[in-house]
Amino acid sequence: MTKIQNHKWNNWLLLLAVVALTVTPLVLLKDAEFGGADGKAQEAIEEIQPEYKPWFNSLIQISSTEVQSLLFAVQAAAGAGVIGYVIGLYKGRSERQNHHNENSD
Amino acid sequence: MIITSKRGSLILIGILSFYQIVSAAAPAYAMHIMEGFLPVGWAVFWWIVALPFFVLGLRSLTRITQAKPELKLLLALAGAFTFVLSALKMPSVTGSCSHPTGTGLGAVLFGPLAMSVLGSLVLLFQALLLAHGGLTTLGANAFSMAIVGPFVAFWIYRLVMPTGKQRLAIFLAAAIANLMTYLVTSVQLALAFPATTGGIVASFAKFAGIFAITQVPLAISEGLLTVLVWNWLANYGRQELETLNLIKSENG
Repeated sequence: MTKIQNHKWNNWLLLLAVVALTVTPLVLLKDAEFGGADGKAQEAIEEIQPEYKPWFNSLIQISSTEVQSLLFAVQAAAGAGVIGYVIGLYKGRSERQNHHNENSD
Repeated sequence: MIITSKRGSLILIGILSFYQIVSAAAPAYAMHIMEGFLPVGWAVFWWIVALPFFVLGLRSLTRITQAKPELKLLLALAGAFTFVLSALKMPSVTGSCSHPTGTGLGAVLFGPLAMSVLGSLVLLFQALLLAHGGLTTLGANAFSMAIVGPFVAFWIYRLVMPTGKQRLAIFLAAAIANLMTYLVTSVQLALAFPATTGGIVASFAKFAGIFAITQVPLAISEGLLTVLVWNWLANYGRQELETLNLIKSENG
C-alpha cells in the first residue's frame, strides 16, 4: 500500500510538470502565434524550392477550424476513453484480488 | 486507504482526460510531412521502406494475440496512448505547436514492430479524416513516427535498464523516441529539399531548427505522461507486466 501511495504522489508531480511545461510557453511568449511546426516547415520548403508545388491534396479537406477541433477532440477522447477503461478494469481486478488475499489470509 | 486511492486515481484519470481534450482543441497543423509535400520519388521511396516493417508488425501482432490473448486489452491501451498523444497539440518554447507521438510505451511493452502497425493506423486516421499528414507522405511519416521512434524507444529502454532505474528507462525511451521522430522528419525533408547553397546539411539544420527545438519540451512531457501510465500499470496491471517479463513476479 505504501508503494501505491508513493506512486500516487509521483503521479501528481508528473501531471504538474506536464502542465507547467505546457503553460510556461504560453505565459512567456505572449505574442507568439503558436501555429503548427509543420506549417513552418512548409514555409521553409517554399523558401528553399519556391517552384515546388504539392502534387496531391488531402481527400477530405475540412476548412472549418471548429470541425477540425471537434475531430481532434474526438481522437483524444476516444483514446483517453480506452485508456481509462483498461486501467479501470485492471484496477477493479487488482482490488478484487487484494480483497481475496486479505480474506484468505 | 483503498477508498482514497481509488478516488485519487479516478480524479487523476478525469483530469488527464479533461486536459487531453482541452489541449487537443487548438486547431492547427502540428507535425508530420503534409500531403503532397514530398516529391513523388521520395514519397514512393519511403512507402517502400516502411511497408516491410508494417508487414512484420502485423505478424508480430498476430503472434502476440495468439500466444497471449489476455494481452489484447493492454495492446488496446498501447494503441490508445498513441492515439491520444498524437492528438495533443501542445505549445512549445519556439512559439509554435507540435504534438507527442506516444509510441514509446507500446514499444517498451510489445516491441517496436507492434508499434509500427499501431502508429501507422493512427497516422492513417489523421491523414484521412483530419487532413493532418497525408497519404502520399504516409510512408515517410510512418517511418519516422511508427518505425524509427519505437525502435529507438525499445533500444534506449534496453540500454538504460541495466542501471535498474526502470522509470528513468521508460522516461528516456519515450522522450528520446519522440525527439528522434522529428529528427528523422527533418532528415527526410532535407533529403527531398536540399538547399541551393549548403545542400542537404543546410536544409537539415533549417528543418531541425523548426522541429527539434519545438519538440524538446514536448519530448519531456511525453516521457512524463508515459511514466504516469506506466505507474498505473505497475499498480494495477502487474499480471500483464509479469507476462511480458517487464517486472518480476512478487512470488518468484
